[in-house]
Amino acid sequence: MTSAETWTVIVGGMVVTYATRLSFILLPHPERLPEVFRRGLRLVAPAVLAAIIVPQVIVLESGQAEFFGPRPAAALFAALIGWRTRNTWLAIGGGMIALWILQALGA
Amino acid sequence: MPPDPPTPSREFLNGARNTLPILLGVVPFGLFFGALALEVGLTPIQAQGLSLFVFAGSAQFVAVDLIRQGAAPVVIVLTIFIVNLRHALYSASLAPYVARLPFRWRAVMAWLLTDEAFAVSTPRYRSTDLERAHWHFLGTGLALWSCWQLSTTVGIVFGARIPESLSLAFALPLTFLAMLIPTLVDRPAWAAAVAGGVLSLLLRGLPHGLGLVLAAVLAVGIGLAAETASRARRPGEVGHDQR
Repeated sequence: MTSAETWTVIVGGMVVTYATRLSFILLPHPERLPEVFRRGLRLVAPAVLAAIIVPQVIVLESGQAEFFGPRPAAALFAALIGWRTRNTWLAIGGGMIALWILQALGA
Repeated sequence: MPPDPPTPSREFLNGARNTLPILLGVVPFGLFFGALALEVGLTPIQAQGLSLFVFAGSAQFVAVDLIRQGAAPVVIVLTIFIVNLRHALYSASLAPYVARLPFRWRAVMAWLLTDEAFAVSTPRYRSTDLERAHWHFLGTGLALWSCWQLSTTVGIVFGARIPESLSLAFALPLTFLAMLIPTLVDRPAWAAAVAGGVLSLLLRGLPHGLGLVLAAVLAVGIGLAAETASRARRPGEVGHDQR
């Protein structure tokens, strides 16, 4: 990515992020928020996070999907830790350690 | 006679002090972000620029991740927008309390309106004497802002020495995974997440990273449909988490 493209991302990211934060603070009647909008917003985080995660865990550099391998196994392990402990850092650390062990065993 | 409301400086300091525990969680992410941004090839100025101008942790991680994958800039900006849409909920919650403030105050508060600032300020706004509560918010917001900038800088300076063999980029999906888990509070949220993951996998061949955006939008629709269906099954029951 060129420097100009990266700065496009930074400035564009600034504008859209500020727009989401300013949105209802600027509205004259914020209580008139459509119900479906409120319900939809709540679901944005799980939808987009899962959409980001899954291909990165499952798809290899070659573009092939690999459902059984070090990355899916490490991610599953991290999810289990996150689920049980609700601790972000334990989940990330546990997943990374699992990946290193599995990669070392496979090599 | 009622007691005087807290002074602006009192409110400001309380706001900053109430933020201290959450800063412990913010600092490692700032460090981590600075290090990862350099690892995917951003310059130190660009990495700090993301923290300075976007100032949204999860969106910054997503941006860096998509830059690494070579997605088109417009698609990255669109994805940042979607990831940050949740701020509109915070904005809606805060709006009634700040409606009487001058525009410059609302502009600054909106700039500082992060997940963390919202979490720390909500108890304050549910309490009494809200006359100067915006100073409390300012203390919280500035504490978070300066902490995020500083920790990014430290991450940029020291993160560049992490060896390639550690597959550090895999920490990104793991970070998002750790963020995903607390959002899975009910069936519609699960439906949105499962649909998002499956659709994103199926649509990954679309150019410029558009598959991600499309998958997220469709998945929200599927989540909404699941919510409507579960309401129809159990009439009279109010959905959870209605703010």
